[in-house]
Amino acid sequence: MSIEIDNVSRRFGDFAAVDNVSLSLPQGELTALLGPSGSGKTTLLRIIAGLERPDHGTVKFHGEDTTDVHVSDRGVGFVFQHYALFKHMTVFENVAYGLKVKPRRVRPNQAEIHRRVKKLLELVQLDWTAHRYPSQLSGGQRQRIALARALAVEPKVLLLDEPFGALDAKVRAELRRWLRRLHDEIHVTSVFVTHDQEEALEVSDRVVVMNHGRVEQEGSPREVYDHPANPFVYGFLGQVNLFRGRVSGGWAEIGGVRLPAPEHRDVSDAGAVAYIRPHDIELVEEEITGEGVIRAVVETVSIAGAVLRVELRHGLGDDLLHVEVPRDQPVAQTLQAGQVVYARPKQSRVFLQ
Amino acid sequence: MNTVSTTHVAAPVRRWQAATEESAWVRRSLIGVALIFLALFLMLPLAVVLYGAFEQGLAVWLAAIVEPDAAAAIRLTLLVVLIAVPVNLIFGLAAAWAVAKFEFPGKSILVTLIDMPFAISPVVVGLMFVILLGNHGPLGQWLIEHGYRVIFSVPGIVLVIVFGTMPFVARELIPLMQEQGSEEEESSLTLGASGWRTFWHVTLPNVKWGVIYGVILCNARAMGEFGAVAVVSGRIRGETNTVPLHIEVLYNEYQFTAAFAVASLLAALAVVTIVVKSLIEWRDEQRRLAAVEGEQ
Repeated sequence: MSIEIDNVSRRFGDFAAVDNVSLSLPQGELTALLGPSGSGKTTLLRIIAGLERPDHGTVKFHGEDTTDVHVSDRGVGFVFQHYALFKHMTVFENVAYGLKVKPRRVRPNQAEIHRRVKKLLELVQLDWTAHRYPSQLSGGQRQRIALARALAVEPKVLLLDEPFGALDAKVRAELRRWLRRLHDEIHVTSVFVTHDQEEALEVSDRVVVMNHGRVEQEGSPREVYDHPANPFVYGFLGQVNLFRGRVSGGWAEIGGVRLPAPEHRDVSDAGAVAYIRPHDIELVEEEITGEGVIRAVVETVSIAGAVLRVELRHGLGDDLLHVEVPRDQPVAQTLQAGQVVYARPKQSRVFLQ
Repeated sequence: MNTVSTTHVAAPVRRWQAATEESAWVRRSLIGVALIFLALFLMLPLAVVLYGAFEQGLAVWLAAIVEPDAAAAIRLTLLVVLIAVPVNLIFGLAAAWAVAKFEFPGKSILVTLIDMPFAISPVVVGLMFVILLGNHGPLGQWLIEHGYRVIFSVPGIVLVIVFGTMPFVARELIPLMQEQGSEEEESSLTLGASGWRTFWHVTLPNVKWGVIYGVILCNARAMGEFGAVAVVSGRIRGETNTVPLHIEVLYNEYQFTAAFAVASLLAALAVVTIVVKSLIEWRDEQRRLAAVEGEQ
């Protein structure tokens, strides 16, 4: 079931939570709504679910206008950040709830409900918890039960509001990989909200970056990460070093350093900001010269898994330069604080101001 | 000559103890104070009532209870409770629902208004209704012309008790429902349940203890209310005397044993409600535990 969102707006008092958003979410894809808090992503999700009403605009499921359809009749599965399991019901009763409340003529019989709940609990690998109460499960288990409960009614679309937000880092990583596999199995059109760019890039087929109630960019994870449409997206998707300078004739001038900006070939003397990702900078110990080379002094070196995270002081500004060096590179073996090195950006992006 | 010594005033090092623990004598005296207070102010008066009630034997006690005026008072009290408690239960649920789940102008005024009956002296409550609905009140005259007797009659008693016990259920439920938010209800709705079904299967079970507790308090106060009822009832023996009024009448007539006998009934009802509440809690806990053990 595809979802089309047309010119949807929603205000809370003076605050425009969602500001004229149009989106088209294709059938069977897993889409991430990514943005900082207050960017309107949760409001947009709740509008799709029917939990919130847009002030303007329409929401269509598979071409059919559902804007005025009551939440109970929309056929969506909704998963909340804090699980929202029914505390006084067992896991079995929670998952069976959506089937039991169906109108009599479409309600499956007891045996069928039993069979389907059992199957769903097996799907989320928690069939042994059927007679427990939610309070007896861990956070990750509760969220899987919440997902099973949402899937029980065979929703046309599955909506997840920061589904892993309340979990600790390890469970979170496990669960999102598991969600990805689950989605590959059941292929229901899904939208999940997150403020964690890593999560969005890892799990989704499609990322929608939101800010201030508007869509900044949408595309595949690769597209938005490699080709950010604007400084906000660049800054929000991962760590970034930024340098203020001026652009002229396809080159950005920052202090004594020149970075290529071929897309601004026709601009002469305009303010600009250059963005460089920490893993797009190479560190060299021997003195080198060249247009983009920045002389810098190592301030701190710390280990972050497969990379060294290096902070350097340099002559172009007061902000430290952040660089990630793969630990198998020769330079990684000897780097230490106080050392003078030369930083060469391999890739940069310049936006006009 | 005075010199101020500034050296060697290190405080004595204290022995280790858990951060939130106090020494044994502090603990014992705190517990002791609490127990003595309970004994003096709760248990002793209750014991005196029971002793007074049964001083002359079970037969005398029973006679005081089944005596026509006493029986009428008990019937009237039960009738009033049967009306006041359900009315306030419905009002409390509706008010708590409105306050906890919706935003609307005047919400804080509503919350303050719900507290009003607690703030006003019961005698004043009685007077308010007498002035409003009595012979000389504008509404009262109209009612009497149409053949309705409210003041010095059962409807008046019901009204003041409903008014006086209005806050109990609502006060119990508002913080509870605010804390729980509405995510579970939203879950239920997205799963296809109707609003009505969601209320019965999700909202109500979640506030069950608040409801039970509110009803128990409401019930206790409805039975025991004196001041407001004294003003509006007219104290017609066997007709508009509730149990507390009847006790006072007996007491003023120096029928101490009978007064204590009827009072013991009220006290017993209070004890019974508390026991019932504990029993429900205990059974619920057992059911939960059984569910866990059953699968292990």
